[in-house]
Amino acid sequence: MTIIDYLSIILIIIGAFFFLAGTLGLLRFPDIYTRLHALTKADNLGLGITIIGLMLQLESIMAVGKLLLIWLLVLLSGASVAHLIAKGAVQRKIRPWK
Amino acid sequence: MEISLLSTIFDVLLGLSLLGLAWSALATTDLFKAVLLFIAFGLLMALVWVRLNAPDVALAEAAIGAGITGALMLSALARLNSPHTGRAIASHTTDPEKDPSIQWWPFISLVLVFIGLAYSVFTFSPAFMGLQPDVYSQLVNSGVENPVTAVLLNFRGYDTLLEMLVLFVALLGVWSLGENPAVKTPFISPVLDTLSRLLTPVFILVAAYILWVGAHAPGGAFQAGSILGAAGILLLLSGWQLRKDTSSLFFRVLLLAGPLAFVALAAITLLIQGQLLEYPPAQAGLLILILETFATLSIGVTLAALFLGGFPWSKNRALK
Repeated sequence: MTIIDYLSIILIIIGAFFFLAGTLGLLRFPDIYTRLHALTKADNLGLGITIIGLMLQLESIMAVGKLLLIWLLVLLSGASVAHLIAKGAVQRKIRPWK
Repeated sequence: MEISLLSTIFDVLLGLSLLGLAWSALATTDLFKAVLLFIAFGLLMALVWVRLNAPDVALAEAAIGAGITGALMLSALARLNSPHTGRAIASHTTDPEKDPSIQWWPFISLVLVFIGLAYSVFTFSPAFMGLQPDVYSQLVNSGVENPVTAVLLNFRGYDTLLEMLVLFVALLGVWSLGENPAVKTPFISPVLDTLSRLLTPVFILVAAYILWVGAHAPGGAFQAGSILGAAGILLLLSGWQLRKDTSSLFFRVLLLAGPLAFVALAAITLLIQGQLLEYPPAQAGLLILILETFATLSIGVTLAALFLGGFPWSKNRALK
């Protein structure tokens, strides 16, 4: 294995850690707003780091670009959907946990 | 060795989660929960298809099985919960507790189907190679390099023609149930508005890419069409409306473009080549691309119209 491979493994493990933490938060946090917070962290950062780890293994620039696009799209939709769910919750007068 | 052990563990976990999700989707009494579990089931199912080396099916499963079907179920659920329709439906359904045959008949038929499937799997001759060698030997004449597209659009184009018609008939069925119910005031949000503006061109671009790439890699009309349909659903959800003076003819033509292109080509090939949908190998690639383009447009518009639910045009008004 080369240094690049080790770097990939480390990055993917860090990414997986973010997903694990996000899932734990989704299951254990007390209300919808804190759960959204946990979920979007996993999506944004965990996926980003995993994708950087995967990019190191690719040979063509095209494939790297596709992965980057996937991350950007998930960032965009994840952030927007989190906002919409939170707004919906506020409109239904769900109180934040204290 | 280690890698194969790891993937075996992964596959077993995947299979078990699939069964668990299927069971909880069926067992829950909360319909909303059931729909969400069904969407999660579809996504995991797509992963299973990837593990089985069937990326074409995985794409279709993720886009149609999880995405569009999930959206359709959620919109049906919203209608079920609305005060007017909900009560009417509730009074027509039979309580399974009072009538056990409702539960027993599906169970018995499922067991019979399972026995039939198991029987055919175990009686497969080990020497049977499937149709793969036949498909690969004829691939040069098909006009495309992706064997799945070759089967769907060339060798078994007849099946795809019928599938297009099935989709169209499904829409007719939805339309025959009545007019599109009054649109509720959409969820107004600058974020949703911006998101739909940003994503719609991306959806169209990705659909075109999936359509084009289907000739030599996983992709094709159904996947591309469902992406277009998803764009339509996003626009409908964010409160976009067509101009009041848009003629319904335009949409009817779009809805029928795919089936019509198929039928026209079938008729032409029947007259010239003597066989239904038998393309001359030199022009096959171009013909398949044209067919798929029309099919993509029709599938996209049909799926969005299915999501809208109900007949969108009434006698005096233009499209709502």
